[in-house]
Amino acid sequence: MDLTEFLVKTATIFVVFVLTLVIAMYSTWAERKVAGFIQDRMGPNRAGWGGLLQPLADAGKMFFKEDFIPALANKWLFIAGPSLAMLTALLASAVIPFGSTFRINGHEIVLQGVESNIGILYVFGVVALGVYGIMVGGWASNNKFSLLGAIRAASQNISYEVAMGLSLIAILMMSSSLSLGEIVAQQHGMNWNIFYQPLGFLIFITCSFAECNRVPFDLPECETELVGGYHTEYGSMKLGFYLFAEYINMFISSAIISVLYFGGYNYPGMDWVYSQLTGALGSETGHNIATLIGTAVFFGKALFFIFFYMWVRWTIPRFRYDQLMNLGWKKLIPLAIFNIIITGAAVLFLKPVITAWLN
Amino acid sequence: MNSTVSFFYFLSFLTILSAVMVVVSRNPIHSVLYLILAFFTLSGHYILLNAQFLAAVNIIVYAGAIMVLFLFVIMFLNMKQDNEEAKTNIAKIAATIVGGTVFVILFGAYRKSAIPAFNPENFDSQVGMIENLGHILFREYLLPFELASILLLVAMVGAVMLGKREIGERHF
Repeated sequence: MDLTEFLVKTATIFVVFVLTLVIAMYSTWAERKVAGFIQDRMGPNRAGWGGLLQPLADAGKMFFKEDFIPALANKWLFIAGPSLAMLTALLASAVIPFGSTFRINGHEIVLQGVESNIGILYVFGVVALGVYGIMVGGWASNNKFSLLGAIRAASQNISYEVAMGLSLIAILMMSSSLSLGEIVAQQHGMNWNIFYQPLGFLIFITCSFAECNRVPFDLPECETELVGGYHTEYGSMKLGFYLFAEYINMFISSAIISVLYFGGYNYPGMDWVYSQLTGALGSETGHNIATLIGTAVFFGKALFFIFFYMWVRWTIPRFRYDQLMNLGWKKLIPLAIFNIIITGAAVLFLKPVITAWLN
Repeated sequence: MNSTVSFFYFLSFLTILSAVMVVVSRNPIHSVLYLILAFFTLSGHYILLNAQFLAAVNIIVYAGAIMVLFLFVIMFLNMKQDNEEAKTNIAKIAATIVGGTVFVILFGAYRKSAIPAFNPENFDSQVGMIENLGHILFREYLLPFELASILLLVAMVGAVMLGKREIGERHF
């Protein structure tokens, strides 16, 4: 790998990193605005226009609070908890394809941190690691409520990972590729997976709510039962990191949903737009502008799903813990296996019939 | 020294260090966390060998699922550093003999084993990629693969049977 390629990759990863952080930061603002709208009040409106500086004010407040470690806590693991939560949350954005390619002086730059032929497995592995931050932090606090929260989080994540993995299998059977870039490219021309996998999509989005610990599955931090759950003992920026990691996870899972089921950067009529732009502005500028439009479409889809997370949070009450486990193990896993069988039968028998009929 | 070799030595150092720390740590939670680190460094070795699928599966299965359960059980047991029961001398001697024997067996096996040579001219570096792995697994090794999956299925059914609630028994 020569130096320019290395620098370009570094720059891409840095841009992806900054974008993830900025979007997560403004998700906290958007969450309050959405909550305000749904509950018929204003939401934050003092810091900056429409409260737009509120995230910065919050970050400042978090930084300048007293950084407190309980006397009987395990000091190193108490610090490692939020760090691990942030680390695992940020890792996943590396393989998400944010757009097609940029052309600069004949060089093609892919708008993706790392193009890997195991992309979706990488995301799945990082998601599986996400529970360590919560578990380590909850245990190190040396508090019964924190430990219960951590154990709830761990069992919930393990349970819903199974159904999530099984719903992904159906997508992989259709795309016959594990690379996220390849999966997006195959959905070109309104071949979005949501039309072929509606059941898989429902399972996947339910599981991603559970994996992000969002309402209606936010039992690990259920304040009516567990004070604050796994972050009861945390304050200052360490608490901030835990909450921030949740918003990063929300953005990542929204982006993954839009990549897997809603065509990523594909939109209806993109070929026409592409030919018009390249015709008018030349193959370089036109191509870049078409890519930018695709990236904007991608972010639009991802932001819609962040809004969906918030919408659900302020609409639906919390589940009971046994209901959560029953839903995960007794309903979603059998449904996901059923979905795999249906997909397999359709790929084997229905697809040849339809392609023969269309030709 | 080229970069792959230095990566290899760095990863090997980390692997051995974390493996030793698993044994040496007094606190069982620390042991589990060092074991997770050891799995990560092993995945790094797999990536150096261009076996990306194996690396990802190692992380998902071992670090992501099995070690979470380990951590889970240890947290429930709530082991404290001070209530570790004193080991008798007989137990220490027996442990030393068993450990030494295992070491001798491993060393002997290592000395006797011949590592198959490969020809750099016709070596296929893509052999660890998921497509090739799938072809090999489902064409040449189909029967062992299916047998392994049946074994896993039997284990799963057994686990469900053990966890099943008896009639009239209520947990909450």
